[in-house]
Parts: sequence; structure tokens; C-alpha cells
Amino acid sequence: MTNNSLSAIFAETADPRLATPGMNRATIFFLIVTIVGLSCGVLAFIFGHHTIYNNTREMPWGMLISTYAFWAITSTGLCMYAAMSHVFGGTRMGMVSNRMVWMSIICIMGAFATIGVEIASPHRMLLYNIISPNPLSNIWWMGTLYGLAVGCMIIEFAGIVTGLGKLALVMGVFGALAEVLANSCLGGVFATLPARPYWYGAQLPIYFLTSAFLCGAAAAVLFNYLAYKIRDEKMSTSVHLAVKSAGKAMTLVLILYTVATFWRLVSFYVGGPELGRTAADALISGPLAINFWVLEVCIGLIIPIILIILSRLENMSMLAFAGFLILVGQFVARYDLVVAGQNVPQNLGWDNLPTHFSYVPSFFEFGVIAGSIGVVAFGFLMGERVFGKTFTQKEHH
Amino acid sequence: MNIEELEKEKNEGIDSLPLQERRKFLKMGLSVTGVFLGGSVLSLTSISHASNQKNADMDIPAEGQYPYPKHYGMIMRQNRCVGCELCVEACKQTNHVPNDHGAWRTAIQEKITTENGSEKREFRPVLCNQCNRPPCVRVCPTKATYKDPETGIVVMDYKKCIGCKTCMAACPYNARYFNEEKYAIDKCNFCIDTRLAEGKKETACAAACPARVRIFGDLKDKSTEIYRLLHTPDSKIWVLRPDTGALPNVFYINA
Ligand code: SF4
Ligand code: SF4
Repeated sequence: MTNNSLSAIFAETADPRLATPGMNRATIFFLIVTIVGLSCGVLAFIFGHHTIYNNTREMPWGMLISTYAFWAITSTGLCMYAAMSHVFGGTRMGMVSNRMVWMSIICIMGAFATIGVEIASPHRMLLYNIISPNPLSNIWWMGTLYGLAVGCMIIEFAGIVTGLGKLALVMGVFGALAEVLANSCLGGVFATLPARPYWYGAQLPIYFLTSAFLCGAAAAVLFNYLAYKIRDEKMSTSVHLAVKSAGKAMTLVLILYTVATFWRLVSFYVGGPELGRTAADALISGPLAINFWVLEVCIGLIIPIILIILSRLENMSMLAFAGFLILVGQFVARYDLVVAGQNVPQNLGWDNLPTHFSYVPSFFEFGVIAGSIGVVAFGFLMGERVFGKTFTQKEHH
Repeated sequence: MNIEELEKEKNEGIDSLPLQERRKFLKMGLSVTGVFLGGSVLSLTSISHASNQKNADMDIPAEGQYPYPKHYGMIMRQNRCVGCELCVEACKQTNHVPNDHGAWRTAIQEKITTENGSEKREFRPVLCNQCNRPPCVRVCPTKATYKDPETGIVVMDYKKCIGCKTCMAACPYNARYFNEEKYAIDKCNFCIDTRLAEGKKETACAAACPARVRIFGDLKDKSTEIYRLLHTPDSKIWVLRPDTGALPNVFYINA
């Protein structure tokens, strides 16, 4: 493709209204956050992952893994809603599905950025994932499928932008399939470890998928709201309806997710291994109790429900705020899940060990998290700027 | 709970254990004779003994079901351990185990309880169980950790390790650590490279133990002490965390 045709395409898709000094400042700000934040992770390769992250032998996974899972899950959700409205048409969310495809790509980039600096030797992965694959490994499938998904979605998005609707449709379907399978394998990474009763079990992969539908809808509401906010513009009726149906999906899945969380926790108290119960205790009354009750339950579930009811799905700022709180709650929920699965000593009762290990993420871990938020915010703003028109035009098929 | 107390525990009966679970141990040449503490401790005995019981649902597997030419295991005569940690030191020296970031291949766990006003100390040696169904091997994306086809020992191919740490999360026994020099995950390998390869018959820890707690050997070789101990009728043998289904090859007895 020549430069000329490229710039012709961008002229078609870009939204010049966003070329304002304020937008420039915001974009540069998030670019800096990205660079500074991810530099924290790059330091791991210089000083050692074991020195700058607070992971231990007993708790090998921490906030970077949970944040990776959070972005990956959100990406899956966005991608699934977009694919459904592309394939089946007729859903009102189709109106904003192009934006959802873009944000799905961006969220998975946030996930990759996080895991890229978490894994000790990603360069080995590039080679040995290919020449020494283990088909029984969930991690292998998860990495491969997310890689595939992002490839498909990039082609899909290129198809959307260049007007190749058929290609976009087909790639969108493959991308969504890969995302769902990858999400399932991500759940499986935890669900297939009998050593960790808090994770082990058939429920977890479905739980992850439920969370994907929840986060996807919440992100769809939030990003669409923000897209009009930064333009200081009112949503058109069709976009309004699209966001409203995303809000409906969000409400429905919020209820499903609450039910799933409730039974998941109850199940630990009616029997099963002691380790699982002690892990659940961490959330109910132990070191993760504030996270759980305040952030997961109040901020992430109860207040959003109240806001949704008050908004009657009409008041967009209220709905968007509910979406934001849901995402905060889900972020913390992933953290609590990852931590609780490991913080009960496997040899509790020996060596005078505490009932729960303490884990506080390091400064550098927080840095990487900020970096990943930077990636998503920067990607969002750039998307609106460069592809803004594509996001509001009618569906591409 | 200490060992004597454990021995006083009520046998909950193997009926509470699924048939499948019992079959798994049969495949290792052992049969389950007791379940204690809600299944977290099993007592095991030799199959030959089990065959005398003429228990209808116990099908005795033919020899050679274990897929590797050698079947290395270790018995810990737990009540003999005095906690001197000479084994830990010998292991560090022999296998160049780094000194920090929680690196160890074998450790001595300690439990202090007070009974009738007097303090009671108990030691439990732990190391990688070289599981027959190792969760760490199953989860590794790049086959960086695998069962050695000759010995069944779970070993590392450091250059393939991407450092995802899934194996650490998957191991029920906390047997794996990050080796900063190799920049890869590391673990006990029964001294396969440092001693067995040189023809030595014992691991460094077993050789260093003054109380002869650790009996190492080939479970397939009927002349070994470990074989004899595992096949002593009526001895109470247990493994750690049998509920995870990893099928460990490190056994515990009081002898
Ligand atoms: S004890 Fe842990 S490291 Fe050793 S083989 Fe079993 S699962 Fe793997
Ligand atoms: S940390 Fe290394 S050995 Fe462990 S699962 Fe990952 S790649 Fe395999």
C-alpha cells in the first residue's frame, strides 16, 4: 500500500475535531504514563524479576498476573459483543461494534504489556512455544490463542477501515472464537490445579467467561460515553440505543456474576478441602476482606446496581460511572482471586507459618499496572483520533 | 499433629476413597489400607499384602505398569529425623543451590506442640516427590520440565523455561524455586546429574543423613531397601497431599 492511499484512508477515518490542544495533552500524558510505567517492568530484566517484584516461592503470582487476566478478560468481552452484533446483525450494539473491536485489540495490548514484563524470559517463549509446544498446557494454548485472536482482530479492523466488509466479518468471527477459547484456557490455567483448592474446579472457566461478558459490557458503556464526552457532543439516538443495550447486557451479567460469586464462596464453607476454606476466609474475614467487601462487593456490585436503577438506562453519565465502578470491582476481584489461591501455606501447621502469607505489590508492580492503564487510555484516545469516523459510521456489512 | 497422634487417629476406612483413587496407587505397586484425617493422609501397603486380602475390587496390576525403566523413590523414616539439616547443606553444596530468594531443593519442616505442659518437636523432611502424575510437567508450556524417559525423575531443561511460574503454582509440595543464575525455575532432581550420573547409588541428602532417615532407591529393584520397606506387611506408609492426585514417589513411615 502506498503512502498516498494510506493517507487517503486515514483522511476517511480520522476525526479532525479531536485535533485539539486538550486532546494532545491528554494523549501525551497517557503516552508518558505508558512509557514510565512499563519502564518499571523493563527494569526487571536488568535487576531481576525476583528483586523488583514482590513474588515469592510460595506466592509466585501477584498483581501483574491478575491485571493481565483483567485486561485479557475485558478484551474477550468486547470482542464477543462486537462479533455477535456483526454476525447476527439486528442488535443495537452493532452501531458501536467497530469501536469495540478496536478497544478489544487495545485491551489485549494492555494485557500483553503486563505479562510481557512479568514472565522472566519472554524471548525463550518466542522460540520454544513453537519448537517445543506442550499441548496439555493451558498456558501454551492461552498464549497461542490470544496471539491468534489479536492477529485476526487486527486484520478484521484493517478490513473495517478499508471497507473490506467480508474479510472483516470472517476475521471477526475467527477472532472472537479464538478469544473465547483463550479466555477459557485462561480460566483453565487456574481451574486445573488440584494443588490450589481455591482455584480448582469446573466453575472457574465459566466464571471467567461471565466476567468477560460483564467487563466487556461495562467497557463498552464506558468507552462509548467517553468518546462523546471528549468530543463534547451528544450521542445520536442510535448510539444512545446501542449504549443502552450494552447497559442492559451489563445489568443482566452483573446479576449472573453476583450469583456465581455467591455460590462459589458458599461452596467452600459446606465442605471440601481445608485449604480452600482458609483461602475463602481471606476474602470473607482475612487479609483480603476490605478488598472483597468494600471494593468487590460495594463498589463493584452494589453501587453499580443502584446507579443502573437510578439511571433507568437513560442517564448516560450515571450508567458510564456504573460501568467504571464495575471495572474497578473486577480488577480487584481478579487480584483477590490470584492472591487467595496462593496465600494459604500448603504446609500450614508446620514451621510456625501464618494462616495467610502477606503479599503487598511492590512499587514496580504498581508502576507496570499504571503503564498498562496508560496503554489502554492512549490506545483509546488514538483510536478516536485516527479512526473516529469509522467508529460512528454504520455497520460494515 | 505429630506422628504418634497420627497413629492413634481413627482409620476412616478406604470406602470413603473413590475406587479410582485406590486404582491409582495400585498402579504404583501400592495399595491403600487406610484413610486418615479426611483423606489428607493415606496409609499404604504393598500389593502382595493386598492380594492376601482377596478384596474383590482390588485388581492387582501386572508388573511393569510403571512406564520408565527405573522407578526412583525415597522413604522418609520420619520419626528418626533430628532436624540437623545436614541433608539440606549437602544438597546445597552438591547441587549449587543459591542461598536466597527462597531457594532450596530439600527442607526440614518443624512443628512444635505442647502436650501436658512439655514441648514436643517434630521434623518432616520434604523435597520434590518426582510425582508419577506431575502437575508441574502437565502445565509447562514449553516442556521445559519433563519426566526423564530413563528414570522418571522430573528434570529441567533450563534453556526452555520462559519463567511463567505456572509449575510453581501447580506443585502441591512447594518444591520449585526461581534460580536467579539460570534465570529459570529449578527443583530437586534426585541428584540425577550430580551423583546418579557418576554411578553413585544415593542422593546427596540421603548420603549425608546421620540418622538414616532417607532411604533412596529403585522401587522396581527387589533387592533395594526401599523396596523391602515399602513391601513390609502391615507397615503404615503415607504420602503428603494424596488428594491432589499427583501420585508422589516420596513415602513416609515411622521406623
Ligand atoms: S513434587 Fe512438585 S515439582 Fe516435584 S514432580 Fe511433583 S509437582 Fe513436580
Ligand atoms: S516457569 Fe519454566 S518450567 Fe515452569 S511452567 Fe513456566 S516455562 Fe515451564
